[in-house]
Amino acid sequence: MSAKTLYDKLWDEHVVRENDDGTVLLYIDRQLVHEVTSPQAFEGLRLAGRAPWRSNANLAVADHNVPTTDRQQGIEDPVSALQVSTLADNTRQYGITSFGMTDARQGIVHVIGPEQGATQPGMTVVCGDSHTSTQGALGCLAFGIGTSEVEHVLATQTLIQAKAKSLLISVDNQLPPGVTAKDIILHIIATIGTAGGTGYAIEYGGEAIHALSMEGRMTICNMSIEAGARCGMVAVDDTTVEYMRDRPYSPKGEYWDQAVEYWRTLVSDDDAEFDRVVALDARNIEPQVSWGTSPEMVVPVSDQVPDPADETDPVRRDGMERALAYMDLQPGTRMRDIRPDKVFIGSCTNARIEDLREAARIVDGQRVADGIKLAMIVPGSGLVKRQAEREGLDQIFKNAGFEWREAGCSMCLAMNSDRLEPGERCASTSNRNFEGRQGQGGRTHLVSPAMAAAAAVAGHFVDVRELGHAAA
Amino acid sequence: MQPLEHIDGLVAPLDRANVDTDAIIPKQFLKSIKRTGFGPNLFDEWRYLDHGEPDKDNSERPLNPDFVLNQSRYQGASVLLARRNFGCGSSREHAPWALLDDGFRVIIAPSFADIFYNNCTKNGILPVELAEEQVERLFQQTYANEGYRLTVDLPEQTVTLPDGEVMRFDIDEFRKYALIRGLDEIGLTLEQADEIRAYEARRRQDKPWIFDAVD
Repeated sequence: MSAKTLYDKLWDEHVVRENDDGTVLLYIDRQLVHEVTSPQAFEGLRLAGRAPWRSNANLAVADHNVPTTDRQQGIEDPVSALQVSTLADNTRQYGITSFGMTDARQGIVHVIGPEQGATQPGMTVVCGDSHTSTQGALGCLAFGIGTSEVEHVLATQTLIQAKAKSLLISVDNQLPPGVTAKDIILHIIATIGTAGGTGYAIEYGGEAIHALSMEGRMTICNMSIEAGARCGMVAVDDTTVEYMRDRPYSPKGEYWDQAVEYWRTLVSDDDAEFDRVVALDARNIEPQVSWGTSPEMVVPVSDQVPDPADETDPVRRDGMERALAYMDLQPGTRMRDIRPDKVFIGSCTNARIEDLREAARIVDGQRVADGIKLAMIVPGSGLVKRQAEREGLDQIFKNAGFEWREAGCSMCLAMNSDRLEPGERCASTSNRNFEGRQGQGGRTHLVSPAMAAAAAVAGHFVDVRELGHAAA
Repeated sequence: MQPLEHIDGLVAPLDRANVDTDAIIPKQFLKSIKRTGFGPNLFDEWRYLDHGEPDKDNSERPLNPDFVLNQSRYQGASVLLARRNFGCGSSREHAPWALLDDGFRVIIAPSFADIFYNNCTKNGILPVELAEEQVERLFQQTYANEGYRLTVDLPEQTVTLPDGEVMRFDIDEFRKYALIRGLDEIGLTLEQADEIRAYEARRRQDKPWIFDAVD
């Protein structure tokens, strides 16, 4: 038998049938459902008189529209409220488990899937959300789909798919102190571009990746889609297995042992060949900050805003000029001279417990700078929030002047009332710096939790490694 | 799904790279629980001078005269000409729904984001990938000739220019077939229900923990 990549193994395992045109019918083990991309799928199901193929393969949660302030008040915006209640109605009608807004397990769909053990190594996992790639960190095939495909999975437990090409991104050697998973993935996107992974399934490997916690790996896989790839994944190792232990939906008893035995096979064979390999040296990665309106428009914090005049490709130069105008930045401005108005620590990229610990280390004993209008922490789930509170992180943040909120997507995409006003600049741990993403006219700078926390304290971007207490 | 075989359509140029789905349909309109009605909010932040909300009457809103699709010569366009990596970002199917609702049936670009490309083909929109220099030529001709039209033939996989030049494009067989016929994919898949059940039975035997209920 020829050597296989991890992607080959996951793919082959789920092929129900191969079609003559080169596509396959792929079995889907788990679907996660949220309120924004599911109503039309349930409606389609109902209009066609169909029922879900396997209701208990699905897990639902409302995350995009939910307020991050007092939940007892309900949702003020009637349009948002209707979307959230529609999810509740649909999941009740079809017998799908759903975590309601006041359930402690509620949170961002890509945080709660792994946290609950609902997402497991070896599974195919889909969700009507492009950041489903996050969950590939567990050694599963996880990818975002559109609403038509959500309906297809509900009705058939399968998808018609064409296999992608394989891309290995190997991050070799050890990461310098103070540099984090977020800096790795921003550096990767700056290197290969936002379309660099289009048509590929990415496997992240190398010493620096396997040294990361599961939380860090999820941050990396999360932004695969910002590199153009529908899915990213990391091979199973001890860190993966330990993460899965004793999660609510993890396999129990003898199933646990069987599962672990299988999970251990979920690695690329030594002599497996990838369609493309990109090798990066972790020792060369610095803390990163984005300056533009595309996630590839990123430079190290020690650098400056680039000059479009230096770009030879006319389409790229045009994009850079538009971005600088939108961001109100001049070429040559030092990144450390840029002053955010708001700081957002949250999102499916960076709202897990480790992210909050990383930010708290910087903030501990400090104060949010005077120029910062709002600094907020939005935990990825109710359980992350509780854990942080047990560790006293909430007090550290509150003492420093941060707002401590309830779990949800919040200002990553500003579907609820958390948003930037026109012209406001934000240091954000989220994943997209598109025009208007965090609120119409808002200007986003993507950074790690440590860098966001440092910017909040300093009032401008700063190399987190220069803060003595930070480089943990 | 509306079948798509031949389109002879007016071309509108959107001359910027990396147009993301947040730009195609901003987040506040994703709160709808319907599939239709997104057309007036297509490219909302570029199209209007004020901030749009789902309950606003769009006919009363001030149009941005600088936005290319607001020019009278492009009204009624069904072919959108775009630059590389069109449709990047979120998986929202509201993006093709908005394009379709505004009358677009064909999008021509040097490259598309994967999920967006896929979502188009599920909704009767044909994404056509052409070489960068071909797209550049189409931009030049669209700007130079008011009322510029292209003929797209999906069975033949061709785009024909007014001067008779033919540009060929690739599309995989399944998507082509589904678009031409306007197929209900779920219905087709359910014809293979026995195979799905047989696979599921094997998997349940082999890896029973996968089937533990989430409840």
